[in-house]
Amino acid sequence: MLQLTKAVAAVAFAAVLLIAAPWAIEATHHADFYYTLSSVALLAIASGGVWLTFYIGRINIGQGAFALVGGYASAVLVVKAGLSFWLSLPLAGLFCAAVSVAIGLPILRLRGVYFAMVTLVLTEVARLTALALPLTNGAKGITNIPPPGPIGLFGFTLVPGFDAIVNRNAAFYYLSVVMMLLCFAALWRLVHSRLGALFAALRQNEDLASSMGLNVPALRVLAFAISSFLGGIGGAAFVAITQSIYPSSFTVTDSVNFMLNCFLGGLGFVFGPMLGTLVLYFGWDLLFQAGEYQLLIYSGVMILLMLALPNGLLSLRAPARRRA
Amino acid sequence: MAPLLRVRNLTKQYGGLTAVNDVSFDVEPGEILSVIGPNGAGKSTIFKLISSFVAPTRGEVLFKGERISGLAPHIVARKGVVRTFQETTIFKGLTARDSVIVAHHLRSRASLVDFYLGTAKARRDEAEFGKSSDEILEFLGLGEVKNEIASNLPQGHLRALGVAIGLAANPKILLLDEPFAGMNHDETRHAVETARAVRDRGVTLLLVEHDMAAVMKISDRIVVINFGSKIAEGTPAAIRSNEKVIEAYLGVEDESIGL
Repeated sequence: MLQLTKAVAAVAFAAVLLIAAPWAIEATHHADFYYTLSSVALLAIASGGVWLTFYIGRINIGQGAFALVGGYASAVLVVKAGLSFWLSLPLAGLFCAAVSVAIGLPILRLRGVYFAMVTLVLTEVARLTALALPLTNGAKGITNIPPPGPIGLFGFTLVPGFDAIVNRNAAFYYLSVVMMLLCFAALWRLVHSRLGALFAALRQNEDLASSMGLNVPALRVLAFAISSFLGGIGGAAFVAITQSIYPSSFTVTDSVNFMLNCFLGGLGFVFGPMLGTLVLYFGWDLLFQAGEYQLLIYSGVMILLMLALPNGLLSLRAPARRRA
Repeated sequence: MAPLLRVRNLTKQYGGLTAVNDVSFDVEPGEILSVIGPNGAGKSTIFKLISSFVAPTRGEVLFKGERISGLAPHIVARKGVVRTFQETTIFKGLTARDSVIVAHHLRSRASLVDFYLGTAKARRDEAEFGKSSDEILEFLGLGEVKNEIASNLPQGHLRALGVAIGLAANPKILLLDEPFAGMNHDETRHAVETARAVRDRGVTLLLVEHDMAAVMKISDRIVVINFGSKIAEGTPAAIRSNEKVIEAYLGVEDESIGL
């Protein structure tokens, strides 16, 4: 029965995003909402990665680095190597995962604030690297990135090239939302499979986990690699929308926001980062009216929310449910 | 029969301090061996050295003739040398049953990908681990509380849960870290019975403990450590009358050794 309710809720959620929301946008002629919601969806994917590092008990403030690396990886592959965007998307994610394995092996030995500090530095390292490398074109960045081409299979066009689509913003919206739904479905499944139980054991106590034979360093790196993969594909898709990337495309502020999205939505809920990203993104925009007081009100509300709802917004509707 | 575990010339120095100095002893299969000594004698360090949470400065630990010193703790656990922790070290947020199920992971035949996809192989493993967990929890008297969150359990149950988690990892030898610390007379008696029952399941036990009365009751053999060195080894009866041991415990001998 509960299974059925969940399945119905998932289908309804997908229907709202894929049918109702575009319909409402078209009806109200708010075409800019396509871009806004695409951004939210892609940022939510990156936040979902951060959420997984929280799940193994690490505070990750470095997701901006992986979004940037993923964005550049895709841009370089498309512009300089002439690869299709659709191929560059998973490759960007895999590249980020590979980088995170190399970085993660040493730094995941750190815990608590020490790990957080190192990850915070990563974003800055990524920005400076992008500034310095000839491949990334320094401060000028990579611009005029062609939009995604068509996907064909045996001569049939499954997805038309984005330059052939009149309503390109809507096309990007569908791309982002489908990506988000797939990523969170995969994440949900992961947390509810054996791997999720192992990650939870790691979060609870790493020494005890290794005493029962779990390869703690390998599992930590696996979680970090999945997290960075999500950051990478989020960044890569973002770059496809804006058709450009600069060293400042993802900064420390973004890294902090990815983390806040998780806190706000709720660390105990797989879908927390999705809600957190939506509320935070729109909350910030709504406060634009407040002018110079924008940041003050925003930070104040964030602090109050964390004090009042330490387990995130989703704890409001599911107080009795077990953690994720 | 060849010894199951051999501790040979084990030495651990922290800077200038020698915590463990040239300690050697064997653990025979199926026995209950206790390492005892006054506070600060180096028992805990020996415990960490055997479970490979700490690497020795000199000497080695052999399990079934194979050197395990210097290996990662999870590799040592996989070979069958499993340690428990004192009661504060548990998976606080998981239920007792979930903790024990996770501890079965080593026995998985299915891969993580199988578990992710929920294949028949993975479902078989899950069902088997659930059944085995229920059996272990029942065996240790935790059947009634198996669905409680671990952090809500009283101290006595937490000790048992620690042993349950250890047993789930399928040990050949289980290392118990001060299993009787802070227990009253009845609790100790119960814990001694439990330890014997664990041994009767075919698990060799190595205890580190300073509750002398309990150790005398339960052990087949005892190794006594003082100031990092072994000062005596033998049956409880031999240890009870050993002069060096009495000297080491001088002043509290009457109560603590139970003469």
